[in-house]
Amino acid sequence: MIEARDLTKDYGSKRAVDGLSFTVRPGIVTGFLGPNGSGKSTTMRLILGLDAPTRGDVTVNGSDYREHAAPLHEVGALLEARSVHTGRSAHNHLLALAQTHGIPKRRVSELIDLVGLHEVARKRSGKFSLGMGQRLGIAQALLGDPKTVMLDEPVNGLDPEGIHWMRNLLKGLAAEGRTVFVSSHLMSEMALTADHLIVIGRGKLIADTSVDDFVSRASQKVVVVRSPELESLRAALAGPDVSFEPAERGALEVHGLTAEQVGDAAAAAGIVLHELTPRQASLEEAFMNLTRDEVEFAAELQEVVA
Amino acid sequence: MSAATPSVRLPRLDRTGSVAFRRVLLSEWTKLRSVRSTKWSLGVGFLLTVAFPIAFSFATSSHWGSMSPQDRADRQPLDIALVGVNVAQLAIAVLGVLLISAEYSTGSIRSTFTAVPKRLLVLWAKLIDYSVVSLALMVPAVLVSFFSSQAILGRHDILQISFTQPGVARAVLGGALYVMLVGIFALAIGAIVRNTAGGIAAFAGIFFVLPPLMFVLPTSWNNAISQYLPSDAGRQLFSLHHASHSLRPLTGGLVFAAYCVAAIVIAAVLLVRRDV
Ligand SMILES: Nc1ncnc2c1ncn2[C@@H]1O[C@H](COP(=O)(O)OP(=O)(O)OP(=O)(O)O)[C@@H](O)[C@H]1O
Ligand SMILES: [Mg+2]
Repeated sequence: MIEARDLTKDYGSKRAVDGLSFTVRPGIVTGFLGPNGSGKSTTMRLILGLDAPTRGDVTVNGSDYREHAAPLHEVGALLEARSVHTGRSAHNHLLALAQTHGIPKRRVSELIDLVGLHEVARKRSGKFSLGMGQRLGIAQALLGDPKTVMLDEPVNGLDPEGIHWMRNLLKGLAAEGRTVFVSSHLMSEMALTADHLIVIGRGKLIADTSVDDFVSRASQKVVVVRSPELESLRAALAGPDVSFEPAERGALEVHGLTAEQVGDAAAAAGIVLHELTPRQASLEEAFMNLTRDEVEFAAELQEVVA
Repeated sequence: MSAATPSVRLPRLDRTGSVAFRRVLLSEWTKLRSVRSTKWSLGVGFLLTVAFPIAFSFATSSHWGSMSPQDRADRQPLDIALVGVNVAQLAIAVLGVLLISAEYSTGSIRSTFTAVPKRLLVLWAKLIDYSVVSLALMVPAVLVSFFSSQAILGRHDILQISFTQPGVARAVLGGALYVMLVGIFALAIGAIVRNTAGGIAAFAGIFFVLPPLMFVLPTSWNNAISQYLPSDAGRQLFSLHHASHSLRPLTGGLVFAAYCVAAIVIAAVLLVRRDV
């Protein structure tokens, strides 16, 4: 269980996390989504007490992370940035961490086997590929048999087999009753893995919703029409929640109306239609629509600065 | 190809303990021994401590016949025995800085503080582990350098001094103690600066640049101030004879120790306050 209340973090004049309040519940996989620079990694560092919040607070399993007697048993974390000494082997890296909690050495070998690093466990970890480094990070996160697992973009650098493995692992961990909190940019990946979503943009909470709700909201109302009288059709369909986008081969994409509504309106206006196709917006599109304002603002800001 | 999705299960951990200081000590010891820079720095530190006195002893022995009486009178057996300490301190200082700065440059500090969020435990453990290691290395090193240089000089029956003579054992072992304190001081600087190049530069500035700068000052100021610099105060631990404008061995050692404590306090405050 992770509970954030009004969590805020400033780096100088830059507000990275802005008044976030959310709860991550046990027994399910919670996806943490947001575009680049939206504050996901910062939020995770705040949860672990690596950075101190400017305002607000966050607890893990009921108390401040730093107050736990056996933190690795409470939270297992994979951070975005590399967190391993490049000159140390995977085995010794994990061993040193295990020793802080009196975790036996055989647990280290057990996890190295679990993530498939057996062959390279005694080599300097600086030589690891991105995917191998990621596997080591996952072994580290699971070392203490944690009640809460928190992973920052865990599929980053994994091959398809690794991604599949990760998906199963996360679901399995949640099924055992653990709290699983995973960040990603990829809505499609989260739709396959997560049960619940927390979406942020520019440090602020945008959505806190179940994946099912998000998907049904996303799959609403996009219709592709083809007509010799496109201009009149536009006029007939126009409304406050309706927008148009040109589609391929002279077709028109209508957002905000169902196929029935478009067909009825065309008939009423006596406009000939050559095609009327309802289409599902992809989850990626829905995610981008949700966060578009935030991203656009950021882009504008950068133009001003540049 | 298996059709069914293989389920991945995390094996349970039958026993979990809490973070305890003795465990952090063990963990930091594992980290210390599992990187190459440790073996290199300690190996070089030991070799320099021993090799310089041996080389100087041979050189002095072979030139003794052609040396002027004044020259001969200027040779001090303990200066020869402990000449390597001046060089070895650099190796120990570099490793001291690295022990913490490399955690920041590689990012492993985030793993460290995630496992041990009470950050001061990590600082204390690093200091204690490194002190024990550097002392365990330097005590044999200074003993070997003392007895081997005396044995080489003894073949020509020159510059003999007994280990049991007043102050000699103190000065020889003081050389090891001095290097240990240098390691502590450097580790604290590493924790303050959090950057390898910056930490080594800061150490070199304080120990090798600051002392000669003092000669720009009026002599009376230089005489009054220099003896309180960390390097000048510290080296009284391994000097046999008390020179003018320098502190007594015990006072000098305490002044140097006080600098170490001050650096540690600053490092501790910053460690707790700063974001990782
Ligand atoms: N230590 C820091 N000092 C200064 N600014 C920072 C620091 N860490 C993060 N930021 C800024 O805070 C904002 C949020 O960054 P963060 O890394 O948390 O985003 P993110 O959602 O993880 O992005 P990504 O998807 O690219 O990983 C960014 O604008 C970033 O530049
Ligand atoms: Mg990030």
